Amino acid sequence: MRIEARLFATLRTGRGKVVEAELAEGATVQDLADALAIPPAEIAILLVGGRDARLDRPLSDGDVVSIFPPVGGG
Amino acid sequence: MFGYNGKILRVDLTKRTVKVEALDEAKAKKYIGGRGFGTKMMMDEVDPGVDALSPANKLMIVTGPLTGTATPTGGRYMAVTKSPLTGTIASSNSGGYFGAELKFAGWDAVIFEGKASGPVYINIIDDKVEILDAGKLWGKVLSETTDALEAVHGDKARILAIGPAGERLSLLAAIMNDRWRAAGRSGVGAVMGSKNLKAVVVKGSGKVAVADEAALKEAFALCMKKIKENGVTGTGLPTYGTAVLVNIINENGVFPTNNFQEAVFAKAEDISGETLAEKYLKKKDPCFRCPIACGRYCEVDDIKGGGPEYETIWAFGADCGVSSLKDIIKANHWCNEYGIDTISAGATLAAAMELYQKGLVKKEEFGDGPELKFGNAASIVEWTKRMGMGTGFGAKLAKGSYRLCDSYGVPELSMTVKKQELPAYDPRGIMGHGVQYATSNRGGCHVRGYMISPEILGLPEKLDRLELAGKPQWAKIFQDFTAAIDSVGLCLFTSFAMGADDYAALYNAVCGTKITGAEFITSGERIWNLEKQYNLAAGIGPDQDTLPPRLLKEPVPAGPSKGHVHPLDKLLPEYYSLRGWDAKGVPTKAKLAELGVD
Ligand code: SF4
Repeated sequence: MRIEARLFATLRTGRGKVVEAELAEGATVQDLADALAIPPAEIAILLVGGRDARLDRPLSDGDVVSIFPPVGGG
Repeated sequence: MFGYNGKILRVDLTKRTVKVEALDEAKAKKYIGGRGFGTKMMMDEVDPGVDALSPANKLMIVTGPLTGTATPTGGRYMAVTKSPLTGTIASSNSGGYFGAELKFAGWDAVIFEGKASGPVYINIIDDKVEILDAGKLWGKVLSETTDALEAVHGDKARILAIGPAGERLSLLAAIMNDRWRAAGRSGVGAVMGSKNLKAVVVKGSGKVAVADEAALKEAFALCMKKIKENGVTGTGLPTYGTAVLVNIINENGVFPTNNFQEAVFAKAEDISGETLAEKYLKKKDPCFRCPIACGRYCEVDDIKGGGPEYETIWAFGADCGVSSLKDIIKANHWCNEYGIDTISAGATLAAAMELYQKGLVKKEEFGDGPELKFGNAASIVEWTKRMGMGTGFGAKLAKGSYRLCDSYGVPELSMTVKKQELPAYDPRGIMGHGVQYATSNRGGCHVRGYMISPEILGLPEKLDRLELAGKPQWAKIFQDFTAAIDSVGLCLFTSFAMGADDYAALYNAVCGTKITGAEFITSGERIWNLEKQYNLAAGIGPDQDTLPPRLLKEPVPAGPSKGHVHPLDKLLPEYYSLRGWDAKGVPTKAKLAELGVD
């Protein structure tokens, strides 16, 4: 299945802004993070379809996953 | 006295006299300082029913006990007065270096009363105070004003001033210091302008007395460690400033767009913190003794200076449908020059754009100015200038979004609470933040209780932003805690990393007191209730604890928050009850007695 990963702030370094990932059925957010070589410690905010998600969340074809490192407030 | 200097400067502008007064230490400690103690002085000295722009209103520049000390971010002051925009108590916080310098000069606060017969400025060198003619400064923008004053008083002087917007009594006028730091909100700059007071120059050679240097060193080290280790204060804010929020808030579908008609901005990436850092950021621009250094310094074309902050980028950007970061930086620059609050300015332009979109404002009203149309980048720059000068349609804009929309018979199109423009978060998708917007004692505001922290950023723990349960309690605690931080003289951003016990430890070490973290928060609750009392006496009742009808009735049209409205009526009764107020939202006698609000 195809997943759109949107990366922000420092996570873009060496990875790009938007990455299309091809994952096996039943893959979770953790699998996506592994595929992108993002260590869990660098993930502060994790959204699937704009809603909070955890690493063990199973993904579906076409999901949009937004990943932020620890960032600021305003 | 430790922490506090023990001295207040009272300047009567009508009589052109200055007076030194002893600080009432017990009263100051009860309300901590800054926002709390300033509100207490307003309560004691200024009839809440006063016309905010009349000589009978007073403008108080109040520091906190930790201002000017070796604490992280210990440089803040508060401008406390009655707001001409909202009619409520106003306290606008600012960083930079002015607040600390005022402490070094030996003062805890300066109270301005009356009205000078012509433009004046005040020069403070330690205990020497003069009232000087400002005729030549009147009409000048901030950079010119600051340059001129530095030429006379030296570049070691710290300068607070208003721009042309404050002189012209724009209800959106800010008080600026250190060129581009702003006590931005609630029209405090107009109060200063109404007194014919252009600027305050200060130089201090003293030091704030500290009760227990060893304890301060220890508390300081612990707080610094927490700030450095925290992802937000240690990495996020230093690297990207506040603008990094653009993408976070947009990805959550709570990024108000086109005057809150939508909640996702398709071009968010163009105005994001990442883009800002890549294209325009020149350096960081921290405030006094700040290890976080969220402040930005940008250059574009012939313009350079502080900012833009997240809220500013949103107000002139998404809220106006504008995706040109370059033009947003320019609009921000002109706000700093004219001395205008960027949130209210951008949000007012957005309201004007909706009025034009709906055919209520006619093209002719723009005269030779650009069309105020969603997405028109040139219009935000030009109309910010005209708002600052109060020329043509700019005079209407200078009164803010509520009065603008009201003059066309559609106040409901104004995205304001208590007539103050809402900031950059759509509460329809952030339930606790909506409670805090509606109940804020100074109207539409995000820094009276930054619920974005738990509801979006996950600090100190992650809450589901759409969940209702528990949110009134969170909002109350955040409001009380914030009131205490605002009063002690530190930057609110420290609270991403520091807890109540940390603030109490710093306060105790500096002042020689023995308060607990819980007592620190209770002081904040006392301040919150005092502010509420001031507002009630000013005629701003609980009927104004609400949100614009759009946010209560019109569901978010698309994106991750699609379909949601803000269910305020489901949350407000619980909030009032947690506050110990009656069902109508008025503090009970018992609650006021318990807190010792007098
Ligand atoms: S965190 Fe930012 S606003 Fe706060 S004191 Fe530091 S530089 Fe100033």
